[in-house]
Amino acid sequence: MSSILPPSNRLWWKESIDKTEWTWIGIAFVWGMIMFVMMIYWHIYGKQNLSNEAYKTTPEMFAAKAEKFIAENTIRTETDLEIPVVKVPPGGDGYLIARLWNWYPILELQEGKEYKIHLSSMDYNHGFSLQPVNINIQVIPGYEHVVKMTPTSTGTFAIVCNEFCGIGHHTMLGRIYVK
Amino acid sequence: MATTYRTCPASGLQFEAHAEKLMKWNAVVAVLWLLVGGIGALGVIMTRWPAFKLLPADQFYTILTAHGIDMLLMWILHFEMAVLYFASSVLLRCRIWAPKLGWGGFWLMVIGGLMTNVAIFQGESSVMFTSYVPMQAAPHFYLGLILVAVGSLIGCAIFFGTLVVAKKDKTYTGSIPMVTFGALTAAIIAVFTILSGAGILIPTFLWSVGLIKEIDAQLYRMVWWALGHSSQQINVAAHVSIWYLIPAIVIGAKPLSEKVSRGAFLLYILFLQLASAHHLLSDPGMSAEWKVLNTSYFMYFAVMASMIHGFTVPGAVEAAMRRKGFNNGLFEWLRKAPWGNPAFAGMFISLVSFGFLGGISGVVLGTEQINMLMHNTFYVPGHFHTTVVTGTTLAFMAVTYLLVPTLFRRKMIWPKLCQIQPYLFGIAMSITGLVMMGAGTLGVSRRHWDMAFSGAPFQYEWPGAAYLMMGMTGFFGVITIIGGALWIVLVVGSLLFGEKLDGGAVSDKPTPIPAATPAAAASHHGSDHVAVPGTVILALALLVAFVLYYYVNWKYLSEVWLLS
Repeated sequence: MSSILPPSNRLWWKESIDKTEWTWIGIAFVWGMIMFVMMIYWHIYGKQNLSNEAYKTTPEMFAAKAEKFIAENTIRTETDLEIPVVKVPPGGDGYLIARLWNWYPILELQEGKEYKIHLSSMDYNHGFSLQPVNINIQVIPGYEHVVKMTPTSTGTFAIVCNEFCGIGHHTMLGRIYVK
Repeated sequence: MATTYRTCPASGLQFEAHAEKLMKWNAVVAVLWLLVGGIGALGVIMTRWPAFKLLPADQFYTILTAHGIDMLLMWILHFEMAVLYFASSVLLRCRIWAPKLGWGGFWLMVIGGLMTNVAIFQGESSVMFTSYVPMQAAPHFYLGLILVAVGSLIGCAIFFGTLVVAKKDKTYTGSIPMVTFGALTAAIIAVFTILSGAGILIPTFLWSVGLIKEIDAQLYRMVWWALGHSSQQINVAAHVSIWYLIPAIVIGAKPLSEKVSRGAFLLYILFLQLASAHHLLSDPGMSAEWKVLNTSYFMYFAVMASMIHGFTVPGAVEAAMRRKGFNNGLFEWLRKAPWGNPAFAGMFISLVSFGFLGGISGVVLGTEQINMLMHNTFYVPGHFHTTVVTGTTLAFMAVTYLLVPTLFRRKMIWPKLCQIQPYLFGIAMSITGLVMMGAGTLGVSRRHWDMAFSGAPFQYEWPGAAYLMMGMTGFFGVITIIGGALWIVLVVGSLLFGEKLDGGAVSDKPTPIPAATPAAAASHHGSDHVAVPGTVILALALLVAFVLYYYVNWKYLSEVWLLS
């Protein structure tokens, strides 16, 4: 009878369900199905899907690959810290190190070209948050995530760290140039 | 163990002495944790409000960790223990099973909570609620959490044991009431949650003392979220139970259909835990297939369950009001509902805010690709402050307006302020959640001390609108805290200074729930049935908002860089 008393009809599971309720259950079910199909649809026809390509790695292995990439492709350095600006070969691989508390190096990309950006962390979890585009990807130590990216706009972009990584978290700001 | 039973003269509810004491103490401790967490909230909000930036970075992260743990675990779990004991011992009118064990669980939770808080305020455990490895906290941070988990597990065991006692002592006939069924759902999910928690917190504790060398950072995230998200599902099941409880007491509402509502609770048990996968949508270590499967097939059945409750709860209110004769037009039942009763008002605001804000934002956030727009942004706390705060906390606050007179036998002081409080807290928190989501949509990070990036080698200027949203978050956040503080003042003030109420007759034996008369059972369906057209309109409004907002976000997504 009431929600705080046992059901007055002992065989409550034999009661028929009202048409209005059935309709609403049906709507909720169909809407769930539509949302399910949307994700698959986007994998087939959408142009923003997070890459599935990831490898187990170690900070040492990843750093070695990144340093090689930086040594071969640096075009200049910036700021007092002499952070290398590295031109990623169009269609090629770029490496981005997340560590306490910077994104290293600065990457330079070209609009409309596809890049394979390798992401990994040297220490804690970090968050790759490309602004003002607003793409957010978790960066986890021990995992190398290969994300295919095609910039669709030019300018200077910031990489904010948006996973808490300690006291200097707010200073962890990186940069990507798109020409 | 000898015990007595008291029947509250005003509500007719029957309290067994041991259960009563356990409920009281759990509720009191819960309120104290809400106070600690609320002070933390003030520190957090005044720091994130760009105009004030109150605390230095280290204190901010310490306070933020404490705020998360004390609110999400300590306040809510202690209150939930009281809810479990109420839904079993009080509603089934039986003695509580193993009260001594219940006290053991209570003290484990108290000691564990204190231990973790000591670790946090010592400053070496500012690892946030999620404590992602390899960031390490002090060992007693994890140990405290483990004790809290064991204490809660004992609480669940007491609940199950009490159900057995009621069955054995035949204090009721037929099936358990809807509210008890909802609490059972919460307790079952809690067992799963706590076991997952043990699966991750025990190794992490061993790692913190040096007995385990390494914990995989991705594996930690996966297992931790089976604790972290599922524990929020306990809250959902608990506050939905309260959504059924309050209208039942205040206006005599009954479920539209026992079968539909219980079926929806069953869907929670079957599918909700798996939805915790949606925290890993932007992670490297899981495949797209795994993400889609876990967030859709599994999660959408749970979403469906919430949509069903979102229909049947207001539907039950509408039917009850129409039975009382408020039958004009579509919405007379809603206009004439007892809006001056803080329990009802709080419950209804909780329902609307959870559905329209928390629910919709959660599903959008949990869509595989759309997650990339919001992952780790301020959108995430915006979302969960409209589920856990306007949903769970507000529902708990609302039910307390009923519990103070009946359980604590005190009249609420300052009834006018009691009437205002749910509106102040509920509406301010809803607006805060909304502007938090707004800031997150613009990319602003969560768990971030300085949106001006002072000390960074580069500059990045957030859009002006982001600063506006953060300012509004600060302003409405402070109003929310005032609303929460008012509730604490009203409750504590009533417990200390409220007029004492008659406790009612005390007996050595429980008075069983009278079996339903055959006539009442026969009339349950058919003649008693009331159409609920107003609820249909409300539900359709929810659906329209849901669909529009969902597709707006796909539009946003289509505008960012191409990713594959």
